[in-house]
Amino acid sequence: MAVSTGSASFLANLGKVYGTYTGAFLVFTVVLAVLEQMGLPNRWIGYAFVFLTIFVYAYIGYLSRTMEISEYYVAGRTVPAFYNGMATGADWMSAASFISMAGGLFISGYNGMGFVLGWTGGYVLVAILLAPYLRKFGQFTVPDFLGTRYEGNVARICGVVVLFCASFTYIVAQAFGIGIITSRFLGIPFEFAIFAGLVGILVCSMLGGMRAVTWTQVAQYIILIIAYLVPVVWLSTTKYGIPIPELTYGQALSEITALEDKLNIVRRHVEPFVNAAGQFSWTEFHNFWALVLCLMVGTASLPHILMRYFTTPNVREARQSVAWSIFFIFLLYFTAPAYAAFAKLEVYQNVIGAQISTLPAWVQSWSQVGGLLTINDVNGNGILDVTKYAVAGPFLDLGELRINQDIIVLSMPEVAGLPYVISGLVAAGGLAAALSTADGLLLAIANALSHDVYYKMIDPTASTKRRLTVARTLLILVAILAAVVAGTRPSGIIQMVAWAFSLAAAGLFAPLVMGIWWKRTTTVGAITGMIAGFGVCMYYLISTHYFGAPLWFGIRNISSAIFGLPVAFIVTWLVSLVTTPPSPEMQDFVDSIRVPRGDVRGIAAAHE
Amino acid sequence: MASPKLTPAQAEAHWRKTSRLMWTILFIWFLAGFGVHFFAVQLNQIVIFGFPLGFYMAAQGSLIVFVILCAWSSSAQNRIDEEFGVAED
Repeated sequence: MAVSTGSASFLANLGKVYGTYTGAFLVFTVVLAVLEQMGLPNRWIGYAFVFLTIFVYAYIGYLSRTMEISEYYVAGRTVPAFYNGMATGADWMSAASFISMAGGLFISGYNGMGFVLGWTGGYVLVAILLAPYLRKFGQFTVPDFLGTRYEGNVARICGVVVLFCASFTYIVAQAFGIGIITSRFLGIPFEFAIFAGLVGILVCSMLGGMRAVTWTQVAQYIILIIAYLVPVVWLSTTKYGIPIPELTYGQALSEITALEDKLNIVRRHVEPFVNAAGQFSWTEFHNFWALVLCLMVGTASLPHILMRYFTTPNVREARQSVAWSIFFIFLLYFTAPAYAAFAKLEVYQNVIGAQISTLPAWVQSWSQVGGLLTINDVNGNGILDVTKYAVAGPFLDLGELRINQDIIVLSMPEVAGLPYVISGLVAAGGLAAALSTADGLLLAIANALSHDVYYKMIDPTASTKRRLTVARTLLILVAILAAVVAGTRPSGIIQMVAWAFSLAAAGLFAPLVMGIWWKRTTTVGAITGMIAGFGVCMYYLISTHYFGAPLWFGIRNISSAIFGLPVAFIVTWLVSLVTTPPSPEMQDFVDSIRVPRGDVRGIAAAHE
Repeated sequence: MASPKLTPAQAEAHWRKTSRLMWTILFIWFLAGFGVHFFAVQLNQIVIFGFPLGFYMAAQGSLIVFVILCAWSSSAQNRIDEEFGVAED
């Protein structure tokens, strides 16, 4: 495979290349499984998975090095729909999806389903409202579109500010996740682990930009989906004899309900919109909808996702690749509730009611790790009883057992009594998920700064070499900044990620969608709309999180776009109506991006 | 690529069809993403293979609808583009 990843022979043999790669990874896993039986210590299995996978990503990154602008920014626009779908899947599914989501479903039951719905349904919006038109427009970044459609640097810089705030919040969460995994499986302190992970991120993206990130993301998708499915399929087969967990966990749900009756747990796993007392609650009802809407709209506004659709050869493939993206994402998301159900059943059956002195080994080993799982025999009878069911932040408190949602997926192989090699595999999957998303985000930020700010606004005469040098320097600086901020251990992973979605939704969705679908949208309208929407969202987030301001209508601040989003639309609409309509050239430009065929006309004839 | 510019009437007809498809999909998206889950409590009374129906719809049913919607919108839009001769070669 000593060819460049940009070459025609590489593109013609993608199936063979990634088929071989998948086979080699499976063989590697089996070999480690055999070595484990022969006595290879667990520590070495952890090392093998972490180092080998990072080495492979680095190697792909090295093969993808490039000195061409369009290769660096949009992978030469040569990525077929199918593979762009896989790359988007990895770009999309982060530490939050891989590590935290099933755990969230475990502790919140139905109420956690807002994440499952919100993080998939947004692709419908991407498919019909944005992706094909942005691809036709065909520049390099999302702020590029704003700067062209709304004629000038004010709209462009507004776009860059929103992009930076949303993507940076998101990447800090990923660096945090990478730190947790590397510190656990390499046995080094968290602060060092973040910087070790940072090297992993940079080797993937620095030399080859978007081209390198694309082909590593495909490789990362393959590992993360194998790692996610194997333990659940294994469990489904041993428990119910059918290797399709998505079908068999209905039985697990029934057993959970029966056990809830027996254990007097009032907050039911399958009961929608319930509060702590297990009663239907309007507050929970409203928060559920607010979250689903913010996550969906946020999906369709996050630049690191939208820019993936700049890389396909044409508009038709951009559309098809949205469909492939959601399919590949669906494979993980419709498995997550099964993960949660199996884990919960396991805890209710084999942990609750057991003698504390004879608990399974995984309970012992996880209870030694930083307070993620604690056992406290409150009534002193030597048996683990359930005295309550309380959700406190990322923790589920059952009275004598307290468990953090982030360890559910990582501990599942041990819970199910699988060999340690599966734990290593899951760690490699979690790492792939976090690294791939971090890379996509890093590139989105650095590209906006190097292309939109430096090239378009500061030095439009810069040479190719200089532009790429600036892009790479910014990449390193942003990565270090993200690692430093993550090192201060700010908020939880899921919370930071949900904020990023709200920020992007409030700031970017209205100007992007209206710019394509309503020709009458004016420059002043779009700019005031962006500032108003983003401003309201920011105000709500900061005032409620840092200054203890009261919630509006009881809506939690992870859904703060629920207020910013309508403000952005209404302000854009009203201001557009009272300002001068866009010029005929601008209208012609919008007409030309609405059809796949032909050139982009009007205002945007300035192609590279 | 030579640019076969549509007449204003053609462009308008193409966009009208595209918009109609967009609203249709948006409507189904709303039903699958929100509408059906408003009744999650009631749907949960029905249990199939151990799955309460309301729970099942949020965990799988709506997701399957989303996947189908994306695939369908891609091919339907392509048919519209071909009809007006604006699909890519």
